[in-house]
Amino acid sequence: MTTELLRVEDLRVHFPIRTGGLVFGKYQPLKAVDGVSFELKQGETLGIVGESGCGKSTLGRAILRLIEPTDGKVVWLGKEEITGLKGEALRAKRADMQIVFQDPLASLNPRMTVGDIIGEPLTVFQPNMPKDARKALVKDMMAKVGLLPQMINRYPHEFSGGQCQRIGIARAMILKPKMVVCDEPVSALDVSIQAQIVNLLMDLQADMGLSLLFISHDLSVVRHVSHRVMVLYLGKVMEIADRDAIYVAPLHPYTQALISAVPVPDPDVEKSKARIVLGGDLPSPMNPPSGCVFRTRCPRATDLCAREAPTLEEKAPGHRVACHHWGVPGKGHGLENDPVQPGMLPTLG
Amino acid sequence: MTAVLEVRDLKVRFSTPDGEVSAVNGVSFDINEGECLGIVGESGSGKSQLFMAVMGLLARNGRTEGSAKYRGTELVGMPVKELNTYRGSKLAMIFQDSMTSLTPHLRIGKQMTEVLIQHKGMSEADARGKALDILELVRIPEAARRLNQYPHELSGGMRQRVMIAMSLLCEPDLLIADEPTTALDVTVQAQILELMADLKRVTRAAIVLITHELGTVAGLCDRVQVMYGGRFMETGDVRQIFYNPQHPYTNGLLSSMPRLTEDRREKLYAIPGQPPNLQRLPAGCPFQERCDFVHERCVAELPLLRPVTNAAGTGQMKACHLESLQHPVDDPSRASIPADAAPPVIRTSDARTA
Repeated sequence: MTTELLRVEDLRVHFPIRTGGLVFGKYQPLKAVDGVSFELKQGETLGIVGESGCGKSTLGRAILRLIEPTDGKVVWLGKEEITGLKGEALRAKRADMQIVFQDPLASLNPRMTVGDIIGEPLTVFQPNMPKDARKALVKDMMAKVGLLPQMINRYPHEFSGGQCQRIGIARAMILKPKMVVCDEPVSALDVSIQAQIVNLLMDLQADMGLSLLFISHDLSVVRHVSHRVMVLYLGKVMEIADRDAIYVAPLHPYTQALISAVPVPDPDVEKSKARIVLGGDLPSPMNPPSGCVFRTRCPRATDLCAREAPTLEEKAPGHRVACHHWGVPGKGHGLENDPVQPGMLPTLG
Repeated sequence: MTAVLEVRDLKVRFSTPDGEVSAVNGVSFDINEGECLGIVGESGSGKSQLFMAVMGLLARNGRTEGSAKYRGTELVGMPVKELNTYRGSKLAMIFQDSMTSLTPHLRIGKQMTEVLIQHKGMSEADARGKALDILELVRIPEAARRLNQYPHELSGGMRQRVMIAMSLLCEPDLLIADEPTTALDVTVQAQILELMADLKRVTRAAIVLITHELGTVAGLCDRVQVMYGGRFMETGDVRQIFYNPQHPYTNGLLSSMPRLTEDRREKLYAIPGQPPNLQRLPAGCPFQERCDFVHERCVAELPLLRPVTNAAGTGQMKACHLESLQHPVDDPSRASIPADAAPPVIRTSDARTA
């Protein structure tokens, strides 16, 4: 369990955006992912949370090199640099790294049968496999993800959203990858179907010893599936820690606000809880604030935050925070400025 | 308590090339003054179409049967011209997608004053003043500047505030919010929910909150109606529904939600199967194919809403043949249930402590 599968070092994805005139305009970088570092262990699920525009999807794709990173390293199993791979070597690596997309129907080719869709990775990576063997594997996989194997010749439009997501998952899993990036896999699904897909992903993970990067904006789902959680804001890591540490004792004011903002399906709790409501909206990633990117909405912001960007530092074992004024909030989530020492933290199981 | 809206046996049908779709299949309920009613359901449950029908906003291939009375005046079948004197003034709607619901080529000020000039006969200048007041009420920063902006110049959360402001212009009696926070980020959603809670305190309007998010309902609503397959499965006050759900669907929905306050990483209860096909609804209970407690009676006979026997307080109703979820075996008609039917996870008790 403790072997490192993936290490991401200072990954950056900057998109050049043309500003100004058509002819004399300049290109200005949009920093979608700006210096993200983390590691993913074998069999682990790392939840990546953040609001829209925080760069969580771009990060997932840059790791798989579906989007070319501008700078930084992605290291596979401690030795091989994915960011340095070219051509055939990169192609071969893709068998180990797969992705499940958010929109279940749009990510399936409408003119291919389900069997062809799920079997396509096999035709690409094992072209010599006999047709019968491939079909048997596809049927096996279909049964595993909860689809009836006799539906192999149907087309995507004949399936519901939840079933289409099962097809997408089957396609990602058929090569027995070591890592799967799940990019909002349940956000497009109904509540009652979400639970089915979450259970399926967790079962497959236990079965195949997979590592998952679970990208989502839904903090309740992330808490359920993840071992560790990383919080992003405007392309930067705000906080990364074990799941319980993030949810029970978050140290970053953004994480604290994010968690308190999630509506809980419990009337007594919901009507009495003190919500930390952040003012304003996400700043434009084209023109991020100086210093700490969160300072424009942060209840603890000071002059220091405008001058100096905080670095991601370990404040408790395995708990890294990027904040000058980190700490657990005072009573009633008042967010008093009271940084705590590591020894004061509640012990986490 | 006076009812603002009385709906009786309302049905919505759509004729499509593939046959008739039964979106809403006979629902009856009242909305009282000043209360906040939550309509909960998944996509295709008919929750939005029910209120589109009330507002006379169905697509062209849709038709409404039954009755929906606003303070005694029948809205179903009312000529559009007459309906327009109610819509936007007495009954107002907040839509989910603020980008497509606002007119992209008109400035915010123009869109807002139009409502007041039309319904209240105000002068342009008065209307502008009122629009400004309302924008300030929904806490839009630099409200005066916003009046001259176009919808695309505002952020998603800001546009949703404009939508809410527009619905409040004529001080409506009934405010229908159709998934008002679904398209928004968590922190912005929190801002809008806080605003809605304030509105509930400030205005006398009855609020209908249509959503699939149980958390939002728990925070805002007084009463909840759970829809499935175009029917009400269970209705009751918010504490009854969340702490003592008596319909297998309500219970399943609540159990299948991962909770923020939960620290176990165990299997979620999942309602098996798929939502029903509204073109071919089964005879009997619409939930029968996915229900853990299904028996012969459910297949043969449509359960009607009836009072729940072991409810805390009065007013809780369910459309289910089962006597009780906790002791389903007490029900004599359950004898025919296959022995291998998996027991459902019932977590009504620990929902309290969560």
